[in-house]
Amino acid sequence: MSNKITTAQIKHIADLASIPISEKEENSLRDAFEETLDVISELQSVDVTGVEPTHQVTGFENVLREDIVNEENMFSQADALKNSKHTYDGYFVVPRIIDEK
Amino acid sequence: MKTDNTNKNKYSLVCGLEIHAELKTNSKLFCGCKNDPFGAEKPNIYTCPTCLGMPGGSPVANKKAIEWTIKVGLALGCKINLFSKFDRKNYFYPDLPKSYQISQYDLPFCYDGVLETSFGPVGITRIHLEEDTGKLLHKTIEKVNSAGREAGLGHGKQVSLIDFNRSSVPLMEIVTEPDIHSAEQAKEYAKEIRKILKYLDVADCDMDQGGMRLEANISLAPIDKNNPSSKLSKLPNYKVEVKNINSFRFMEQAIDFEMGRQAEILNDGKVPTQETRGWNSVKSITFSQRTKEDSEDYRYFPDPDLPPIRYSRENIEAMRAELPELPAQKSKRWATEYGVEERYSKQLISHEIFANWLEESFKICVKEKIEPNKFAGALINKNIRVSHVMSSIIAVEEFKKLSQTDEVADDEIISVITDVISQNNDAVIKFKSGDTKVIGFFIGQTMRKLGKKVDNKKLGELLLNELKK
Ligand SMILES: [Zn+2]
Repeated sequence: MSNKITTAQIKHIADLASIPISEKEENSLRDAFEETLDVISELQSVDVTGVEPTHQVTGFENVLREDIVNEENMFSQADALKNSKHTYDGYFVVPRIIDEK
Repeated sequence: MKTDNTNKNKYSLVCGLEIHAELKTNSKLFCGCKNDPFGAEKPNIYTCPTCLGMPGGSPVANKKAIEWTIKVGLALGCKINLFSKFDRKNYFYPDLPKSYQISQYDLPFCYDGVLETSFGPVGITRIHLEEDTGKLLHKTIEKVNSAGREAGLGHGKQVSLIDFNRSSVPLMEIVTEPDIHSAEQAKEYAKEIRKILKYLDVADCDMDQGGMRLEANISLAPIDKNNPSSKLSKLPNYKVEVKNINSFRFMEQAIDFEMGRQAEILNDGKVPTQETRGWNSVKSITFSQRTKEDSEDYRYFPDPDLPPIRYSRENIEAMRAELPELPAQKSKRWATEYGVEERYSKQLISHEIFANWLEESFKICVKEKIEPNKFAGALINKNIRVSHVMSSIIAVEEFKKLSQTDEVADDEIISVITDVISQNNDAVIKFKSGDTKVIGFFIGQTMRKLGKKVDNKKLGELLLNELKK
């Protein structure tokens, strides 16, 4: 394996994904990440001269909708809140976000 | 903290604005849920799997929201990206159910425009379309039902409540170049943007409700002492972003405050920290908002659920052709065509329908040999009350009646004036001590007693004569 991943990089990625990881998981993730990067490195050796970059393969364009309210597809308040652990007065409840001063 | 004059001569403001405005489409940006977060009677009643970020939700972009964004771009002289797309901006926050916001990264619908202000042009960097987030409410729980899902919430517990009625409402973001050099210019620019959005009828821009939100990127550049009028050669190496400003006045105050704060730091030979700050409208200060270290790492990538959008040059030209004449252009044309002062027309032009009604009225004024400017002045001073549902002919008629005067002999007027003067000794003393504003009071009193309409100018002259006796 030629690609090397540092502990700091793994921590950073875990932070971005908001997934806490143990030391053990860190080690197995290191191997997995390095393996993935190796595959990418291999892909980079492919000659793509004359190939237009793209970010989608369906070939679709302009899939748009008219500005019409679709009542049928809307949840009732009770249904919207159905899977929530805590609700209050019709709201979803989460631990206080400390953002204000 | 106010910028004192020494600082004003030493530093020049370098400021760019980001304005967010919610578009008033019927439905949301990526689903058919109702777009009416402020009118909703209850929280979480306009949601579906897509705007709640549930598995299986599939976004489809609202054509009207895109067209309106392009319309605003054209009105602001922007170039239009014929090929554009939506991207995912990844971050975690409870008001963002999918853990990403659908926005536009490198191919916004509009770019490179300009808006003229009386202080100089302000370049528009880009206008893009994105989805709004849910609304958070911070609350201390007071009373809980002992049963159900409120049970786990103890009395006095501090929580945040989320309402997703606003989730995925179309939100347009207009970003400027750092071309703004005073708080007044920032205010003028923002007000003009609001006017244009309202005039084009694409956004209500209700600032109290958060339908329009302002962010200012503020830094200071030293002024070249030898050549103070020279353009800034390079931008400062830092910028402070002030977020969540919900009124024009607060924006002006926030900019002034930051200018003072940053000048003090620069005077000490230091560089202000590059950071995001909030505005505390109670204390009238900005405060540092600690953001997570990695919060800027958004990892944008094209949203695979939303195919790209392509317009032809003809499509865009057709949209341009449909664009109405904008308030600023209209004001200028009315000044030359009808002699209506811009200070009047700028106040009067609010919506396209009313503007058309006004022009119709001006045309009738010209036919009737009435000065349109006087008619406009009467509207401003609310001497005649009108609406666009009233016909222009009737409105001009009303104005004619109002400006018609009765034939009254000078003697009759003077005798009433003498009465009024003798009954209002206090006002006479005020007048004699130099308070000329009381003349309005005398005119009003005389008019009422007389019970007839006389020419204001003539009445004023007669009054002055008597008062000076
Ligand atoms: Zn929805």
